[in-house]
Amino acid sequence: MSAESAISVRGLTKVFGANTVVDSVDMEVPTGAIYGFLGPNGSGKTTTIRMMCGLLTPDGGEGRTLGHDIRTEARAIKENVGYMTQKFSLYGDLTIRENLDFMARMYGLKNRKAVVADTLCALGLEGRGNQLAGTLSGGWKQRLALAACMQHKPLLLLLDEPTAGVDPKARRDFWDEIHRLSRQGVTVLVSTHYMDEAVQCDYIAYIAYGKKLIDGPAREIPARVGLTTWRVDGPELIALEDALRADPRVEQVARFGAQLHVSSIDAAALDAVVCEWTQKDGTHTWVKKDAELEEAFIYLMTTSADNFGQTGAAAQ
Amino acid sequence: MSLFSLSRFAAVLFKEFVQMRRDHLTFGMMIGIPILQLVIFGFAINADPHNLPTLVEMADESPVARAVLSGMETSDYFDFVGVVTGAEAGDAALREGTANFVVVIPPDFERDIIRGLSPEILISADASDPTAVGAAMGALNGILDTAIRQTLTGPLAAVAARPAPFSVVLHKQFNPEGETAVNIVPGLLAVILAMTMVLITAVAIVRETERGTMETLIATPVRPLEVMLGKILPYVFVGYVQTAVFLVAAQLMFDVPFTGSGLAFFVGFNVYIVVNLALGFLISTLVHTQMQAMQASFMLILPTILLSGFMFPFAGMPGWAQTIGTAIPATHFLRIVRKVMLKGGGMADITGDLRAIVLIGLVITAISLLRYRQTLD
Repeated sequence: MSAESAISVRGLTKVFGANTVVDSVDMEVPTGAIYGFLGPNGSGKTTTIRMMCGLLTPDGGEGRTLGHDIRTEARAIKENVGYMTQKFSLYGDLTIRENLDFMARMYGLKNRKAVVADTLCALGLEGRGNQLAGTLSGGWKQRLALAACMQHKPLLLLLDEPTAGVDPKARRDFWDEIHRLSRQGVTVLVSTHYMDEAVQCDYIAYIAYGKKLIDGPAREIPARVGLTTWRVDGPELIALEDALRADPRVEQVARFGAQLHVSSIDAAALDAVVCEWTQKDGTHTWVKKDAELEEAFIYLMTTSADNFGQTGAAAQ
Repeated sequence: MSLFSLSRFAAVLFKEFVQMRRDHLTFGMMIGIPILQLVIFGFAINADPHNLPTLVEMADESPVARAVLSGMETSDYFDFVGVVTGAEAGDAALREGTANFVVVIPPDFERDIIRGLSPEILISADASDPTAVGAAMGALNGILDTAIRQTLTGPLAAVAARPAPFSVVLHKQFNPEGETAVNIVPGLLAVILAMTMVLITAVAIVRETERGTMETLIATPVRPLEVMLGKILPYVFVGYVQTAVFLVAAQLMFDVPFTGSGLAFFVGFNVYIVVNLALGFLISTLVHTQMQAMQASFMLILPTILLSGFMFPFAGMPGWAQTIGTAIPATHFLRIVRKVMLKGGGMADITGDLRAIVLIGLVITAISLLRYRQTLD
């Protein structure tokens, strides 16, 4: 299987002090896929990615990235991977062009000048090459960072929360770019905690508190979780929400805009609840719907074991 | 709204204490620096140095000659480390720095005293360090007088009663006027280079970590040696500029001579610069913030100034302090600069100190390459 997988890891574990930050994670990222790596803040996404590209040594487990052993062949991995860090980590006191030139040299690129010029052009920053990178806006910094780690034409892109703190327009542009790269055959592993970005991925793995809860093709995830969900419309939803939360048969109530999504694994129990409510008040409309990724993930989050001593961090 | 809230004041106060305690390195240095200074100033430094290495050339083995020497030795100022024959061997030892004094007892010393010819004892002193020799020279006349009076007894008592049965000719080498500037200025080069070179590089790596750029850097296939050399080389040129400015200023402002080999100087300062940069690099692999890097560099500067022989005579320090001093690159470079600039030394005279600096440099480089992380562990 690893022959066709861009990343294949087994039992990946990392311990910092007393915390098992990543606990026995298996992952299989098919070549050419856009693979979404989801989970709340502090769930171990960054640590897992760092282990996959040889920046951290795992305390347990093994694996291969692009066919190279993550423990012993970090250099070969680094040559063929583009890694974009969560925090902007190019040089703020170098210009845009100098940063691109630096990265081009780091990977020993031929025709460096032309490569850098092409990158600037593709970014639409031809006229601003001499601007200090530190003075760019958040969205532009992300685009520059992505362009910088794409210059050596890596086979695999590791993007660690690339859109955190970026405005919605810039996020959409960023994802367009990821899809374009994917069409060119680049495998993309992207971590995020935005659910609306998850739906753009071909595959998804969900990690919480260091443990992988589920992984697979994105469209299969909700069905695998097996939630039954009802959508509720109507007035005074807050009162309804409180009442439903108090009902033990309802496992999850989530607010989506002006609607409530009421879910449970036990479909029969939930049916009973819906039946009671439609009988005693007619002001709300109840519609059964297919569970979506977001409900599935909120469910996974709240029911997953907590090894950090904190319960139910928001799944946003 | 109260003008001064005890609760807000307490909040800031406790926050500062907690942060101070969390930063172990800074806390350690706040405690460590005063202790270091106390020990160095209290125990190691001696402005009235004793046991200065002295060579003897004895052309007369008479009891009177021996009495003169033993008088010098019991004074504790002079430590007789060997015997030489011929002026050349003595000069070489002074230039080499293995001896601060060469005492020459002339032939027929005793006979000439008895005859009342007032023979001359020649004392050549390495005056490139005026502090080191000054005190001993000052004490010399009293020492010799006592010695001679104790020896010339019985029938010779009459000789002793005469004024000046013999005379002492003091030959100050390398810095005949005994000017402090001539001694201090060449030494300053060692201290200036150590201060700036170490600090600049110490900050260099840790700045990458602090700004987060380290992660991008090590995510590339770059190797530790490439980073180290790439970071060090620019500052070698800074060191060149500093040295050039220094040489011009030493000449124009302080009239410090440059009597020795340019090649020896060039080789010496290049090696010294690189070793200091490597030392800075080592610091930066040990600390976590630029602030800590600065503190650590400051901590290193103390022994560099105080124990290297820059400010206080090396030979006057106790053995343990000399041992520490020997491990400091500045100690050796200081000797190289003084030998070359003041004593007319060449490559042959500096090989010992050069070897020491290279050895220190190799150890430092090895440790820092081991310390430099290719991962974020």
